[in-house]
Formats: sequence, structure tokens, C-alpha cells
Amino acid sequence: MNKKVLATVIAGAAAVMMTSAVMAEEPIKIGFAQVGHESDWRTASTKSCQDVFSAENGYDLSFVDCDNDEAAQKEAVRSFIEQDVDYIIIDPIIATGWDTVLTECDEAGIPVIVIDRTIDDSDKYAAWVGSNFKTEGLAAGEWLNAYATAQGIEEINALVISGSTGSSAQIGRSDGFNEVAEKYGWNVIDEQTGDFTEAGGQEVMENYCKSYEGQFNVVVCQNDNEAFGAMTAMDNAGVTYGPGNDVILISFDACTAGLEDVKAGKITADFECNPLAAPFVEEVIQKLAAGEEVEKEVYMVEHWYALEDAIVEFEVDGEAQEMTVVTDEVIEAQY
Amino acid sequence: MKKDSFWKRVTGWSLFLPVVSLLLVMAVNIIHDIAVGANPLSFFMITLRQTTGNGTILYGRIIDILNRGSEVAILAIGMTLVVSSSAGTDISVGSVMSLCASFCCMLLAGYGVSSATTLACPLIVGILAGILLGVICGMFNGTLVAYFGIQPMVATLILYSAARAIGLLLCNDLIVYVRNGTFGIFGGFLGVIPTPVVIAAICILVMTLVLKKTALGMYIQSVGINGRASRIAGLNSKRIIFLTYMLCGLFAGIAGIVASSRITSADSNNIGLYFEMDAILAVALGGNSLGGGKFNLAGSIIGAYTIQAITTTLYALGVSSTQAPVFKAVIVILIVAIQAPPLKAYMKRRNMAKQVKGAA
Repeated sequence: MNKKVLATVIAGAAAVMMTSAVMAEEPIKIGFAQVGHESDWRTASTKSCQDVFSAENGYDLSFVDCDNDEAAQKEAVRSFIEQDVDYIIIDPIIATGWDTVLTECDEAGIPVIVIDRTIDDSDKYAAWVGSNFKTEGLAAGEWLNAYATAQGIEEINALVISGSTGSSAQIGRSDGFNEVAEKYGWNVIDEQTGDFTEAGGQEVMENYCKSYEGQFNVVVCQNDNEAFGAMTAMDNAGVTYGPGNDVILISFDACTAGLEDVKAGKITADFECNPLAAPFVEEVIQKLAAGEEVEKEVYMVEHWYALEDAIVEFEVDGEAQEMTVVTDEVIEAQY
Repeated sequence: MKKDSFWKRVTGWSLFLPVVSLLLVMAVNIIHDIAVGANPLSFFMITLRQTTGNGTILYGRIIDILNRGSEVAILAIGMTLVVSSSAGTDISVGSVMSLCASFCCMLLAGYGVSSATTLACPLIVGILAGILLGVICGMFNGTLVAYFGIQPMVATLILYSAARAIGLLLCNDLIVYVRNGTFGIFGGFLGVIPTPVVIAAICILVMTLVLKKTALGMYIQSVGINGRASRIAGLNSKRIIFLTYMLCGLFAGIAGIVASSRITSADSNNIGLYFEMDAILAVALGGNSLGGGKFNLAGSIIGAYTIQAITTTLYALGVSSTQAPVFKAVIVILIVAIQAPPLKAYMKRRNMAKQVKGAA
């Protein structure tokens, strides 16, 4: 009897060992169809996936850089189906025209996880992982309110340099900020697009400085590159910015170069748009593998950065927000 | 009678319509300023401004137009020559700008470095290498058009799509920042004047001198009017077409360096984006025919600044950037329409009819 028990235990252990050995030999196959490589943010997003879904972590990642070509991206997804991958990750270049391809994935039984940008005309994907741009806009607004109160600034006259018109980041950030501006009765003087570029930010700010000379005390740039341009233009107009100066400068994205300018006391506060989606995607994949329900929309954790003096307490949708003080270590760790 | 002939001389001047268009665009600002009760001439005011860390500079909207219009003005020089000699356009200039900027910044920062504060090679080497690459691109286009007889638009389409991508490869798919004060000078200020304005002025001056003092201008026009006849007359038509494309590449290189220096970085995705269209438009707004042959360089330059004047005016009027392209299109249509041959012919006929009436 004893012998029999022992034999069962040994057989069981052997079976477990064998399955784990099989698992180690057969990594989870993942196909990732990335938009392209147009910015530091995008590069960070790619690297995040390559780091998380590495061979050491038990994954086999097929990565395709679609170079902003929507046809190439759909082709990439179809090739993933042919390769019979276990999961497909898509950062859709455009929001529409996905139903046929996603149906094919569905029929092949491959779950699709959409990251960053959204798909509007199909719901045949397991989950979407990305940023809540509106929350970023709301956070910037609520922070500004708390900061202005703390500094004793009574009147807010804001100029906005927005991102590429119609992009989800521009719509969300504008909506969020404008909602707060309306709530507190702020004066948003003008909103012009800088197309998310430094040259665009420079030209728009150059004109703002002339059109609204001495009439503004807040400048909101919807990404760091625009903020770099706006700073040059304000320098040339003799307008000072950053904590304790004429103009409160707010920026979004919080890339390394942006945080360096926060540290240097130029950008007053920087609101992150987290490019590191992969850890959140991995969570979704683990849940799917275990047969658990996953949420259709997964929002990533994002950080709000400022220097010590500009750290204030504020709430977004009734939730207290935590701010991160920018130090050399924080900059070092940023993408 | 005397007054009449003066008026005729003015309207008969080849630059009359381009200049009038430019003045009309700027005049809109006077009307706007009067309407809002501001100083009617506030758009035209130029003052000295104390900057933060840049000394004193000239400050005003007119300076902005001259400054921001520099790249298109520089490109328009080369584009005018190309249009004249080959009756085609070089649509690769915007992408070549980006490529030259990327190459220059890559050399200055070192390959694979995304942000540098110290230069990896002497500034002058980076700048000249960038411009030289522009010349090489121009030579490539010129060879295809002049010696292989490929349609200019098809020939330049190759670099139009490839140059920007090569630039991205050079920059290791990143925006390369060269945060060094010395590099910023080309897009910054030389004393009180914006450097791009100085660079554009030098380019225009040198090219004008070359065209006026040598027979090159005449050669280019004669090749453009009739290549075969020019060849029979003893001109090497192919070499002249090749030369115009090479010059176009040179100016694209210079414009690329200026654009990149403005933002002290190589943003290969965005530098020179759609600039080829503005350069072609500048040539057309300057009253030049895109069918080749006779050209007027000054017209193209005025055209380039007209485009920038429209942009700056729309900013000054506070037109939202979503609607701005529509207004821009309407203004461009108007300017092109008043210069259209049928309208010119109509005006001429009417003048003549008046004269006949007067005589009778």
C-alpha cells in the first residue's frame, strides 16, 4: 500500500515536471503589430513589449513595425493568424475597417488585445489597454486649480497649444482641461494646434506672444515637444515661465527630456502618458489563459510630475491624486 | 498722358500682381486692427525686444513673416530653376530637407545618441556634410531627369518617399536632440536679426548675382523654352538641367539645416513636411508658369513670403487652426485666379478698348 502511494506520488511529480518542461519548451506565441517608430514615446512602447514578452519570460514575440501603413498592419495580423500565434496585440493605425480582420482572428480562436489607439467599428477583441486622455486633461486642470489657489493666483487666463486635431490624445486632453476650465470659470483665450511638434509649438507661441501680450498667465502644451518650442518662443519674447515666474507652463507626455525641463524649473507640471503598456497586457493575457473574465477597457496607471514647490493635493472624479517629485532618479528611470 | 504711362509701366511690371497680392494679404490686418479698435499699423510695428538669454532682438509680425518664410524662400530659389529648365517640379525637397537635417544631427550627436549637449564632431563638418548630402540628392534627381529622361515628378518621387525614411534610419528611429547653443545659431539670431533671414538673403543675393552676371539664367530659360533648339545652338541641355536639380538639392540642404537648427533637433518625421508643396506654390504665386521657360526669381521669393504672410495673418486674426486651411485655400485661389492668363488678357482688352474710346 505504502509502495503504491509512493509510486503515485512519484508518477504525479514526474507528470508535473514533464508538463513544466513542455511549457518551458513551448513559449506563448505573441504577434505584435506596432504603428511605427515616429517618436520617443512609440520607441518606448515597442521596447516595453520586447522586454516583457522576451524569451526569458517564456514568450515568443513576433514583432512587426508597420511604418504607419494601415494595409501593412492588416497584412501583419493575417500573417499572425497563419503562424497560429496564441495572442495578437494591435496598436491600430486607424480606428476603422477592422471588422473583417478581427472576425478572422475570432474564427481562428486567437484573442486580440488592442493597445494605445482605439478600434471604433468592431468589438471582436478581448480587451483594450491604454491611457485615459481625458483623465490626463482633468488632472492637469484640477492640479492647476489647486496650485493657483496655493499661490494666491486669482485669475486664470490660459492659452492652449493643442496636439494634432482629431487625434484621441488631443480630443481627450482638450475635453478634460476645458471641462475643468468651465467648472472654475477660467478664461481659455485661444486654442491652436501645434501638431505635437516642436516647430509647431514655436510658431504658435510666437504668435500668441504678439496677439495676447501680457494677457495670459498659463500655457498648456499637449505634449513635451510643443512645450520645448513654446519655451524658445517665450524666451524670444522675454516672457518668463516655470514655477514662480510670469507663466505657468503645463505639458503632457512626461518623456525624459520633458522631465529634465521640469527639474530645471521650466515646465511647472508634466502629466504622463504611459507608453509602457506591456505589463498591463501581460496581466490581461494571464487572466485569459486562466479562463478569467477580463475588463474590456483597461486604463494604465499614470504619474503626474512636478518639483517640490508645485506639489499640491487635488482630486479627479473624487479620487485623490498622488504627484511625483522629479529627481535625477525619476528622470533616469523614465523612458 | 504722362500719368497714364506711369500707371501702365507699373501694371506692366512683371512683379506687379505678386506684389499686389502680398500687400493685399497684409492689408487685411489693417482692416482687422481698425475693426477691433487697435492701432491700425500694429501688424507692421517692429520693435526691439529684450529676450531671456538671447540679448536684444527685432520683434514683430513682419519679422516673423521674414523669419518663418525663410525655408520656403530658400527652397523656392531651387524650385524656380528646376521648373524653368525641365518644366517639372522637384517634389523631393521636403524629404531631402529632413534627410539633410537628420544626417547633420547624427554627425553632431554621434550615431545612436538621442540627446547630446556636446558635439561629437566640429559644427562646420556636420553642417557642410548635411548640405553636401542635399547636393548629392540633387545630383541623383538631376541624373534621373536629365540623363535618363525620366519625368521629373516620377524621378523625384523616389527621394520623396525614400529620403525621410533614410533619415529615420540615420537617426536610429529617434528624434535626435542637439542641445548645444552653437548649433542653434542657424535658427536663432545673428545680433538683432533672425539668422534664417540672413541665410535666405545670402542665398537669394548669390543666386541673383550668378544669374545676372553669368549667362546661366539665359541658358536655363532657353533650355526650358526649347531644349532641342538650345542643344543645336550649342548648349549642353542635359548638363544644364542636371545643374538646376543639383542647385535645388543644395538649397533643400540649406533649408533643412535651418529648420533643424530652429528646434535644435532632427525631427525626421516632421521637418520639411509638405514644404515641397509650399515651394511649388511659391513659384506659381510669383507669376511663373509651371510649364517651364521664362522665370522670375524675385516673383518666387515674393510668393514664398506671401504664403507665410497668409499663415501669420490667420494667426493674427485668431482664425482657429481647424479652419485656417480653408481660408488659406480661398486666398490662394484668388491670387492664382487674378494672375490667370484669361483674366490678364481680359484686362488688356479692356484697357485697349478704353484707349480706343479715349482716342475717339
